[in-house]
Amino acid sequence: MSDFSKLNRRQALKLGAAGAATIGATPLFFSRNAWAETFANDPGNKASVTLGFNVPQTGAYSDEGADELRAYKLAVKHLNGEGDGGMMNTFKPSSLKGNGILGKKVTFTTGDTQTKSDAARASAKRMIEKDGALMITGGSSSGVAVAVQGMCQEAGIIFMAGLTHSNDTTGKDKRRYGFRHFFNAYMSGAALGPVLEKEIGNDRRAYHLTADYTWGWTQEQSMRAFTEGSDNVDGMDGIKGIGWENVAHVKTPVGAGDFSQYITPVLNSGADVLVLNHYGKDMINSLTQAIQFGLRDKQVNGKNFEIVVPLFSRLMAQGAGENIKGILGSTNWNWSLKDAGSQAFVKAFGAEYGFPPSMAAHTCYCQTLLYANACEMAGTFYPPEVIKALEGFSFDGMGNGATEYRAADHQCFKDVLVVRGNQNPSSQFDLLEVVQTTPRSQVEYDPKIFGGELGPYKV
Amino acid sequence: MDSILIQILNGLDKGAAYALIALGLTLVFGTLGIVNFAHGAIFMLGAFCAVTFRKLLTLSVKVKDESVTMFAAYKDEPYLKIWFGDTGEAIIDYAVPLSILIAIPFMVLVGYAMERGLIRHFYKRAHADQILVTFGLAIVVQELIKASFGANPIPQAAPDIVAGSANVGLWFGLGESLVYPWWRLIYLCFSGVMIFAVFSFLQFTTYGMVVRAGMRDRETVGLLGINIQRRFTIVFAIAAVVAGTAGVMYTPILPPDYHMGMDFLVLSFVVVVVGGMGSLGGAVTAGFLLGIVQSFASMNEVKSIIPGIDQIIIYLVAVVILLTLPRGLMGRAGVMDD
Repeated sequence: MSDFSKLNRRQALKLGAAGAATIGATPLFFSRNAWAETFANDPGNKASVTLGFNVPQTGAYSDEGADELRAYKLAVKHLNGEGDGGMMNTFKPSSLKGNGILGKKVTFTTGDTQTKSDAARASAKRMIEKDGALMITGGSSSGVAVAVQGMCQEAGIIFMAGLTHSNDTTGKDKRRYGFRHFFNAYMSGAALGPVLEKEIGNDRRAYHLTADYTWGWTQEQSMRAFTEGSDNVDGMDGIKGIGWENVAHVKTPVGAGDFSQYITPVLNSGADVLVLNHYGKDMINSLTQAIQFGLRDKQVNGKNFEIVVPLFSRLMAQGAGENIKGILGSTNWNWSLKDAGSQAFVKAFGAEYGFPPSMAAHTCYCQTLLYANACEMAGTFYPPEVIKALEGFSFDGMGNGATEYRAADHQCFKDVLVVRGNQNPSSQFDLLEVVQTTPRSQVEYDPKIFGGELGPYKV
Repeated sequence: MDSILIQILNGLDKGAAYALIALGLTLVFGTLGIVNFAHGAIFMLGAFCAVTFRKLLTLSVKVKDESVTMFAAYKDEPYLKIWFGDTGEAIIDYAVPLSILIAIPFMVLVGYAMERGLIRHFYKRAHADQILVTFGLAIVVQELIKASFGANPIPQAAPDIVAGSANVGLWFGLGESLVYPWWRLIYLCFSGVMIFAVFSFLQFTTYGMVVRAGMRDRETVGLLGINIQRRFTIVFAIAAVVAGTAGVMYTPILPPDYHMGMDFLVLSFVVVVVGGMGSLGGAVTAGFLLGIVQSFASMNEVKSIIPGIDQIIIYLVAVVILLTLPRGLMGRAGVMDD
């Protein structure tokens, strides 16, 4: 048994100092891994982290999904320090080191959304629960994005959305754990409005055909607000428009195939503009059939009839063939951009796969790098800290100029491209020509207009 | 008035597409007693005959776009155009109608192989087994097409001469505002010719008479020393040709993709059931009827009264008809009654 009465002064000081150090360090010792105990799929001491790429691998959007997956694989390669680094060389401010994320090698698992909400949720759940995915990303549909985002919020897993253009994704359905790099329907309307006024005038009568689901509704709402003014459009305020008049706005079923019964009423409606709020296969079919009915060559009200496709992609343009020529629309990004970031990405992607990336590939690649960078900035994988690192993060060098992840709604704000189907393509990929790069300031809006709540950091 | 006439035309046009697929389905069901869920895949295969034929005609020299150095960007210069100038260009322009020439023998082969290789093993099995195996076959075929051609639709242009719209109003003295695409009118005529040809074959040829007799009473025809099975195999091939050529001609209207057969199949089955299982006349009548009804239900005036009616009208009509006429419009007693 120790005899404390025999302690000399030096020994008592040593013992006291050691005790103080022990007591001082105790809270840190016990709380050091507190995050590890409270967040899903913490990699802990593992040498690698797993990301979940949830893309359409079957169904009508599987080509787009395949391109997204190519971009993800390239991003993983670059994050792990392989290849030429792509946009990691141009992205700034960057905390990425090319040694994985926080020193852990990046691996991935994949899921098939089938562009169906239920299937997408199921595959995301499987990647989270069985494969230990720390982050879920991808998708080619707003319906899917909204569904998976909600599920990820409940699971406490960050969701970096792929191609989703509905205002709802970062509007009424926004979530604390969801982030969108892609632009949205509001921005398409804001960018296209002034260009349409300049190109085809303000004394126009428009007929809208709209895909009957979340994206189509918000696309029509935005296009009408920026052409007709927001007075007659539900859910939009304070937008002046360019003086267009609405003839009709008709909802069409998704995957209708033959749209002729919706196009024939346009012929004698008095409309001189047809706005096709369709995407993917629906857009290819409705545009092909509208042109077949002679709408592009028609004269109405003493003016040339015009067709507008608010959301374009190169993959869609390929499907529409000759019909896309001269048609105006907007896009998130195009491989022909000359900025250093876009060029670095196109070069890396082209060297890897032999063709240029689509806009879906671009947004997915950016999302992966942005998530990895946020982890590096936060110094942890703990989602609330990663979310805080992403919120309000401003960056450049990823195409589209200076960009910001707005904290209030997790929507990225950047320049928007207005494009036209190329009349004289110089190659099989040269399908869209950039008519105008609309500055970010012109497409910004008050986050309150779409409502919604982000929800808590801790779930 | 114009809008009503144009919806009638549109309905006929839609109906023609439904009728052609339903005709083949009914032919196979009436002769072989097989519920063939792979019939839509045959329609899709026909469409991809047109895609393949155009690919062959447009085999090209690739002229590199020198401004792009990051990947292989090039412009196609078809050999036909280089070798034969305007004549070569004209041949490419007519790729869709010309591809009928390769589609017919190809579809005969497909039909024959399908019947001999798979379907015949299921003649005496339950309809549920037939549906499962043919549905499975359809999925295999469409996945093969997707693997070969991708998931994106592949546009096929009609010949330039019929690329625009015809002024149908002027033909009937109704003014200039009634226009309709030339190719859709051609498709309507083509459907009429095909339906007429199938009916004539069955009605006015000895071969057709034996087939009809076999449809009524296979055993008695067999007892007369006629190899009815061989004839039915040929009927299966004919049904494949009808669906396949319909697929070819439909490509300028709907850019083909691997899933197009499945999109039509469900509607065509509704058409067959509404028309009456096994009734060729019923299939054609129901096809046109449902096409017109669907077209009218999509008019804004109708949709403003009953929103969303365009999406359910076909099924609504089917329910009403089957409630009042349980065997369909022209269904025969004893066919699928049990």
